[in-house]
Amino acid sequence: MSDDTPVDGPRPAPEGVTSGDDTSSGTDIATAASTAGPAVHPGDDLVGNPDEAVEPGSQRVLPEHEILVGLMESFDDAEWSLSSGQDVIHVPSEQFGEFGAAAKEAGFEVCVDVTVVDWYRKRRPRFDVVANLLSHQHMLRLRLMTAVGDEEPTVPSLTPIWPGAGFAEREAYDMFGIIFDGHPDLTRILMPDDWVGFPLRKDFSTGSVPVQFKDSHKVT
Amino acid sequence: MSDATTTEETTDAELETVDMWVSGTEEPEPREWQTASTDEGSQKMQLTETEGRLAEQLGTVVDNDFLYDESSADDERMLINMGPQHPSTHGVLRLQLELDGEIVRRTKPIIGYLHTGMEKTAETLTFLQGPTNVTRMDYLAPFHNELCFSLAVERLLGVEVPERAQVMRILLTELNRISSHLVALATNGMDIGALSMMIYGFREREQILAFFEKTTGLRMNHNFIRPGGLAADLPPGWRQDVREILDTLPGRLAEYDDLLRNNPIWLDRTQGVGVITADECLAYGITGPTLRATGVNWDLRRAFPYSGIETYEFDVPVGEHGDTYDRYRVRVDEILQSMRIVEQAMDRMPKGDYRVDDRKITPPPRARIDESMEALIHHFKIFTEGFTVPPGETYVAVESPRGELGCYLVSEGGGKPWRMHTRAPSFYNLQALPIMMADTLVADTVATIASLDPVMGDVDR
Repeated sequence: MSDDTPVDGPRPAPEGVTSGDDTSSGTDIATAASTAGPAVHPGDDLVGNPDEAVEPGSQRVLPEHEILVGLMESFDDAEWSLSSGQDVIHVPSEQFGEFGAAAKEAGFEVCVDVTVVDWYRKRRPRFDVVANLLSHQHMLRLRLMTAVGDEEPTVPSLTPIWPGAGFAEREAYDMFGIIFDGHPDLTRILMPDDWVGFPLRKDFSTGSVPVQFKDSHKVT
Repeated sequence: MSDATTTEETTDAELETVDMWVSGTEEPEPREWQTASTDEGSQKMQLTETEGRLAEQLGTVVDNDFLYDESSADDERMLINMGPQHPSTHGVLRLQLELDGEIVRRTKPIIGYLHTGMEKTAETLTFLQGPTNVTRMDYLAPFHNELCFSLAVERLLGVEVPERAQVMRILLTELNRISSHLVALATNGMDIGALSMMIYGFREREQILAFFEKTTGLRMNHNFIRPGGLAADLPPGWRQDVREILDTLPGRLAEYDDLLRNNPIWLDRTQGVGVITADECLAYGITGPTLRATGVNWDLRRAFPYSGIETYEFDVPVGEHGDTYDRYRVRVDEILQSMRIVEQAMDRMPKGDYRVDDRKITPPPRARIDESMEALIHHFKIFTEGFTVPPGETYVAVESPRGELGCYLVSEGGGKPWRMHTRAPSFYNLQALPIMMADTLVADTVATIASLDPVMGDVDR
């Protein structure tokens, strides 16, 4: 499918959708919808559980879509899973940028979003860096994830590949303190420049900012 | 606990008592945080920048089509602030511009003035309270925010809402798209000087908001679309109200065309102003009418349909040049297409329940609470504890009036989201400003910002 699809031509819809997203795994979703029970997908476990990581070299689970299969073949350490019917690929943090470049080469023109999940006290390494990629030509979404610890929270930046990741990575840095290596302008974006700490981390409590009025801290 | 290394700075030790200074008494010594600079520091545009920042601020990262003549002397350049308190910045957007005479050379959007930590707030609200939070993000398209969040929760729950709820959702979101685009047209007109357009746009929007108020009880921030369906059914007489809106709008849109479409002043101020190419849009993740105005036929309602939108007949209007005029035309055409969808939704509105028949998620009907103790307990449990959502993560996107509005939701099995991230379209679209404004006249800045239609509540969240 190209970008120039005729205005009236309906694009192929994934079967049995209840919500607007790509699945590329028609069968899985279709069966889930037809049974109408709670959707239980094989990849629905807590994301990126290191205990369940498939060892490289052993039998790898491969995605259905050939674009993703091609990407997986060039990265031995990448792990594919299905989360709520969506394709997720986990890569080691040092390959984050390389995989991004390969994904762009493979047709993912848009980096929709970059964000971070903090698994404080739930899991090690602590952070998940999540990039949502989108391919217009293949009508495909892919979630690229990598885990990074808080002793050295550094991942390669996606901004040299998709300039649009610039704001998103600045926000991720601002909120979680993840350093995106190679970002041209990694400064705070939403919080003031002199802010101390990273507000969206789970150990950053709310209500502990000094305010200007007498005895206000006793109330909070 | 061993992980807590970074935020120990915010301990109680820092929370000292601060005495208020009463006039006429001795002035106390200012505390450190009172004298600390509130300057944006490194967020500020500098006279000399690194190469990467310079390319970003010049808008030359993707296409180096910059015509600026380097020969002008340095002392002719001027860094100026526009905003955050400026009527044309649609809220609290602050732009730093480097001007060379009347030509904009570099642009740097500085945001965060409306940041209220809604993603942090979302982690303290139950899934049922979530829509009250997200609806305040993009306050011109609250239904889209609610829909996006609800779809994400429903996907993790694995429930599918009934047919009537789906059609109601489409009806409300498409009406919301019309009202949002009307504001975009109104403010765009006002910023360029077509003041009548402002009055007209808000007049028509008022009609739609009146219908929303009748349906949900509120003009904005409705909290009406909730995980599992909707808060209530459509009010009696809704069909007549929607019919009136649909009957009024075409004539009013014709008025807008009379006012703007062939108006030479409007054409001069919009055609060829704020141009962005399709490649730049894709590279920068810019979506919505801005992307479609460059000729890219991309609409999430077509690509990854939600709530049964694929069963409606509508066209995706696309532009050609990617300038302010095309973005204006795309919005007007989208209003017409949304009217088609609303019309179909009204015709097919099925009978049935407006929320899913799952007692874990759905509160009991109001009438049952008066007569049944169990129903009262059930109601109480759902609204205090909420319901639990199985562990998992998902990303759901809908086509909001400003582009791809996404919700990345992570649940760890509890009653509250572990992480809720909103992919705000305005936030990403702002990155287009340096590209659009490079090499243009400073007077066109206002037209360009307005044509991008940013909502600062959406940007800063």
